[in-house]
Amino acid sequence: MNDSQAVVTAEHSPELRHHFADMEQQRDASTLGMWLFLATEIMFFGGMFCAYLIYRRWYFTEFAAGSRSLSIVLGAVNTAVLICSSLTVALGVRAAQTGKRKLLVILLILTLLFGLAFLGIKGVEWAAKFKEHHIPGASFHFEGTELHGKPIDARHIQIYFSLYFAMTGMHALHMIIGVGIFIWLTYHSWKGRFTPEYYTPVEIAGLYWHFVDIVWIYLFPLLYLIDLKK
Amino acid sequence: MATATIPHEREHYLNKEYGIKSWLLTTDHKRIALLYLISITFFFFIGGFFALLIRLELLTPAGDLVQADTYNKLFTMHGQVMIFFFLIPSIPAVLGNFLVPMMIGAKDLAFPRINLLSWYVYIVAGILMMYAMVTGGVDTGWTFYTPLSTAFSNTRVVIAGLAIFVAGFSSILTGLNFVVTIHRMRAPGMTWSRLPLFIWSHYATSIIMLLGTPVVAITLVLVVLERALHLGIFDPTRGGDPLLFQHLFWFYSHPAVYIMILPSMGIVSEVVPCFARKRVFGYKFVAMASIGIAVLGFLVWAHHMFVAGISLYSALVFSMLSYLVAVPSAIKVFNWTATMYKGSITFSTPMLYAFGFIGLFTMGGLTGLFLACLGVDVHVTDTYFVIAHFHYIMVGGAVMGYMAGLHFWWPKISGRLYPEGWGRLAALIVFLGFNLTFFPQFVLGYLGMPRRYWDYSHSPEFQVLNVLSTAGSTILAVGYLLPMVYFIWSMRYGKLADANPWGASGLEWMTQSPPPTFNFDETPKVTWEAYDYENIPLPEEVTVER
Amino acid sequence: MSEHILSSKLYYGIWITLLILTGVTVGAATVDLGPFNTVVALVIASLKAVLVILFFMHVKYSSERMTKVVIVSAIFWLMLLLVLSLSDYGTRFAG
Repeated sequence: MNDSQAVVTAEHSPELRHHFADMEQQRDASTLGMWLFLATEIMFFGGMFCAYLIYRRWYFTEFAAGSRSLSIVLGAVNTAVLICSSLTVALGVRAAQTGKRKLLVILLILTLLFGLAFLGIKGVEWAAKFKEHHIPGASFHFEGTELHGKPIDARHIQIYFSLYFAMTGMHALHMIIGVGIFIWLTYHSWKGRFTPEYYTPVEIAGLYWHFVDIVWIYLFPLLYLIDLKK
Repeated sequence: MATATIPHEREHYLNKEYGIKSWLLTTDHKRIALLYLISITFFFFIGGFFALLIRLELLTPAGDLVQADTYNKLFTMHGQVMIFFFLIPSIPAVLGNFLVPMMIGAKDLAFPRINLLSWYVYIVAGILMMYAMVTGGVDTGWTFYTPLSTAFSNTRVVIAGLAIFVAGFSSILTGLNFVVTIHRMRAPGMTWSRLPLFIWSHYATSIIMLLGTPVVAITLVLVVLERALHLGIFDPTRGGDPLLFQHLFWFYSHPAVYIMILPSMGIVSEVVPCFARKRVFGYKFVAMASIGIAVLGFLVWAHHMFVAGISLYSALVFSMLSYLVAVPSAIKVFNWTATMYKGSITFSTPMLYAFGFIGLFTMGGLTGLFLACLGVDVHVTDTYFVIAHFHYIMVGGAVMGYMAGLHFWWPKISGRLYPEGWGRLAALIVFLGFNLTFFPQFVLGYLGMPRRYWDYSHSPEFQVLNVLSTAGSTILAVGYLLPMVYFIWSMRYGKLADANPWGASGLEWMTQSPPPTFNFDETPKVTWEAYDYENIPLPEEVTVER
Repeated sequence: MSEHILSSKLYYGIWITLLILTGVTVGAATVDLGPFNTVVALVIASLKAVLVILFFMHVKYSSERMTKVVIVSAIFWLMLLLVLSLSDYGTRFAG
């Protein structure tokens, strides 16, 4: 098999797996598979959103107070970082579609950098929480006894922070997995494996990445922007 | 194209390659199905072993066989193993894996490597579970209610929780594979309305697996985090709500029972028309009922929480919805019965199990309506009535369906016939043993015997019924051991099976027994409706002795 | 599923829109809208999500019906979880 894979026709592509009739069926199956997986992820994060919804109704003051202890700047910057990474992913898929290997590699590397930046900023935020003793458990301590005239129950505010760590932690775990997937993707793109005839892995990895971005799009206002009233 | 006159010299999926690597690295859905068969049978016997210990303890009113803490571990691990490591994977991962591609005319599932991965994930989960069991066990009940599981239990909650979390992944991967396969890999002419009902029920099951399992996954993660890292999501001392755990847990665990029953219903829908020689009555209704069960099954979860502290108004809503979910199941029972009416019935082993299913599932389902009634539920919840109810469905229903399916497709899977006389005997023993075990439990529950109690010496009058139940359980155990023995026997000494020993409809019967690795010599082109029994002749050689 | 190759301009346009909407979210949060703060935040977040789904994830240009069925079903199922749970929490201590 010569190395100019762009010349290979769909039916004889070395990437065709033998239980599929043709590349189109394979691509359709892979894409549907990824969308179904994302549906499971919606339900997975959904459980935590359900817990968040219940407790925010019960303990709004504590949620607001806990939210105010987060850095809006870092949260907003991280949101922008992820939006930029979604851009580079989308442009990367386009580069694969148009056969631009070098551009694809560059865009994937940029995506990785954005992803790592996000994780780095997240680490900074968590370190701050650690220093302020906002990690739930025995050493938890929250300064602040009232907000807008309403008292803050220090026990209830631990629930806010429990959800904060659970949700951002699970999100960060998904980012780390995404980074791993994109490292794999970058390597194979560099080797020239993806062509306009076969770029399904780029596309479906991109779907995953966009999903993780969308989760953050909801986490940001729900965790950071509960109550910024003076 | 095989012209050999001795079938077992022909190449098929079992003899294509030998050696442990060819099994552990296979991507053939049929081999993966057999890997699952061995694993889930193993866990079935582990779960059964715990059940026998429970029944032994309950022979006497006093708690004199094991200590109270140990008893808690026994019923917990019986439930966890049976539900997560036997019932949920059983039919989909064994018969579903084997048959879904064949029934739709495909060469394999959409994602064969993910299929193999799902088995390894299941094995990892199983190892974690075994580790939890041998290093102290779990005593929270299979339901892991907080704050017992998060704060007070001194047992292996974290490891067991993680084990079930991992097992959930296996389930999700299987469901994902099935949905994509059914959508994308049907043979030419295999339209949705020509699909066997087994496929419809596995499709519905897969929807539940995909949309429900992630919720219990995250819930178990939160329990593990709370226990290990002292997060406070369910902790009442910090304002957490233990009921939130129950809502999230049951959001999956109720639909999970439909994961356990739908595939079994699919088997019955295949077995009944074959041994009545009649097409299924109301095919569309049965297909839509499967989807209906999957959807409605997500709307009823809080009926497990009627006495836990939910508001009366939501209890009313969930009670009404719970009555509603019985309707599609009832439709199926009516349709199976109508299929048999004026049919030409053969009392083969699969058909005997199917009869057992229909009767026992109906009883279990009707007693579910008792439980859906708020007033009655207050009386019988957390008693043996509930235990009898769900065992009628899980064992009298799901496991009987599984046995029907194993027997029905055994010739296809192994290329051999099991001994029919022994098959019928075992079916009868299972039926008798089952009823003796669990019918007394309805009475016990109604009389007020609580579940999960290790000692009932406050009510020694319960002993007679408990003794009957334990006696039944030993008979049931014999009934389950017999097929183990004769299936293995048949692999060596059973009569060779031809492609279609039952004269059944379905693409899987149009290829050899055992099938070639890629299922069909040529991709089938379907031009006929499902269950075309007017046009399918009885097998020449009568394989079922009359 | 993307047979369509979208223009880079479109992607940049969506990108800028998303960044602007992020700024709007932060700004709106500093204004006191009472209970509507939450609504506004979630509406804007949903708008951003829709843009990502339709354009970055190519759903707008996909001829594949199943994709849309899957997305709608998943959102619907999440709503089932949230709404039915609220039927309990919303009616406790009622009256």
